[in-house]
Amino acid sequence: MSMVLRRLLTAIPTLFGVVVVTFLLTRVLPGDPAVFFASNPSMSAADIAAVREHLGLDLPLRDQFLVYLGNLMHGDLGRSVATGQSVAAEFARRLPASAELTVAAFALAVAIALPLGVAAALRPGSPVDHAARLIATLGASLPSFVTGLLLIFAFYVFAGIAPEPAGRLAPFMVEPERVTGFLTLDALLAGERATFAAALRQLALPAAAMALFALAPLTRMTRAAMIATLGADFIRTARAAGLSRRTIIVTYALRNAMVPVATTMGMTFSYMLGANVLIERVFSWPGIGAFAIDSLINLDYAPLQAFMLVMAAVFITVNLATDLVTALIDPRAAR
Amino acid sequence: MNALLSVRGLGVDFETGDGPVHVLENVSLDIAPGEITGIIGESGSGKSVMAFAVMGILDPAARITGGDILFRGESLLAMDPRRRDGWRGREAAIIFQNPRAALNPIRRVGDQIGDVIARHDRPPAHALRGRVEDALRRVGIPDPARRARAWPFELSGGQCQRISIAMALACRPGLLIADEPTTGLDVTTQAAIIALIRALARENGTAVALITHDLALAAATCDRLAIMHAGHVVETAPAPTILAAPRHPYTRALLASAPALAGSINELQPIPGRLPDLRRADLPPCRFAERCPRRIARCDAPGPLGLHEAAPRHLLACRNPP
Repeated sequence: MSMVLRRLLTAIPTLFGVVVVTFLLTRVLPGDPAVFFASNPSMSAADIAAVREHLGLDLPLRDQFLVYLGNLMHGDLGRSVATGQSVAAEFARRLPASAELTVAAFALAVAIALPLGVAAALRPGSPVDHAARLIATLGASLPSFVTGLLLIFAFYVFAGIAPEPAGRLAPFMVEPERVTGFLTLDALLAGERATFAAALRQLALPAAAMALFALAPLTRMTRAAMIATLGADFIRTARAAGLSRRTIIVTYALRNAMVPVATTMGMTFSYMLGANVLIERVFSWPGIGAFAIDSLINLDYAPLQAFMLVMAAVFITVNLATDLVTALIDPRAAR
Repeated sequence: MNALLSVRGLGVDFETGDGPVHVLENVSLDIAPGEITGIIGESGSGKSVMAFAVMGILDPAARITGGDILFRGESLLAMDPRRRDGWRGREAAIIFQNPRAALNPIRRVGDQIGDVIARHDRPPAHALRGRVEDALRRVGIPDPARRARAWPFELSGGQCQRISIAMALACRPGLLIADEPTTGLDVTTQAAIIALIRALARENGTAVALITHDLALAAATCDRLAIMHAGHVVETAPAPTILAAPRHPYTRALLASAPALAGSINELQPIPGRLPDLRRADLPPCRFAERCPRRIARCDAPGPLGLHEAAPRHLLACRNPP
């Protein structure tokens, strides 16, 4: 418990550092947002100056930072110039979309990678091992938007069993009452089976494309950690004691192997949440990745800074969760 | 003789990139119930490989090329694998060197002992804790109820070896193999561990195979000694006979090179040469021949070299014994 508190306290300076760096990074981006938004040939220099003043960009950098910091303290992430919406509201809408996609893809990847890695480790050089290597290599070498497009072609265009890749729910369907922000969960909570099925069908292809990308690190790490653990002295002791194969593989080998695997899972998860920009694009998924790219192109500072801040917070949270899980598995890490 | 364990003409090869290594050849050894047998040899003489072959935990690269291993008259090599799993830990157990690495680092020691008891004896769940504490008490662990909840990293090397012994003896097997159980422990702990193994074996009538390169330790602990060299058993006899009247030239050389057994430091004699390369296809019938002062033409005559009875209960593999 004290460990959690200590870790949360140490996260504060990290987050402050992220705030400073993201602020500076957005300011050194080439281009002038005022000119960009005033991109109308009829606008005069005075009009552009007015826009600049309205955006607060005429202030010295230090004052801009202080204003930004003051707003952050009040939970105000600023306003998107492109959409005119409050960034906080935009994120509240989009983050669950990205999170649902990432969690689904991650769960799918773990459900495949762990058994596959274990099976490959138990029989190195066997067909299972080669299959695991092939899948991992494909996942690592095919960009996820390519797999996304291939999946769309195969299941929507060709086989016709997948729905149109247009967002989280077909346009004519009514979203369930919002509780978690995860459409599948909310539909279940509202007892709307049809909506749940529809949301799940929309989710399937993008989640599969992302999962394939996450399979590579997870499978390889599971296999390597299992092989290392299976060669350890205490596994020999367990075999010599006549323990059942199941006990040896699950209780003795897999639990030990889970220590490095949990770390890899944490890293993969944080990476997936931020790196699914292209998947969101391909499937018109209204997530934060697509939003961040739009903001970057539009020199829309506020959502860009908010995106980086949110990602940093996610990384810190996932790292903390990883350490907690590791401490649960390995008593030596808990000290 | 009614042996508990009878290794008969056992051969083991290891497959490597440069061809097979003939690790054990025509190895025979009998261990009687309740007897403590010392298996002595240099590193690489095949002591541990023989132990692993008995327990059925050889490396996948190992191949048994011949012979058989009988336990209470039944072939272990022909035994159904599922029964063999139940046999391990229940009828025969092994403890290893480097006791800390031999324990699961992320499982409480009491749970590890409990796993073995639960697997073989299947006591009712409420009785398991008591059985674990009994096992800990027998190996001299104070406050067993509390110690059962310890992690291996919280214990000393000697305590870890006591836990290993508790695990091995939890189901009161007839045979305990102790593979260099004191390597890596400090000297006072070594003596305590050996004394503990000896006392528990005597108390329960457990036969012990004590594998060591320490001839003086074995001579002081064991009833019988078996001397191994380069994958052969070259001589077995009661411990006093080996010490007083060794017959094999290698046994004699070994005695002359043991500091605790030689009279003074000036009498210490190193053994010339070293173990032959076991990958060679042209290994002589007697693998000590190339280091042996008594080598004669007959030693190199083709044909297997087996143990023969030099005297009652004294077996020897030498064609030109002194």
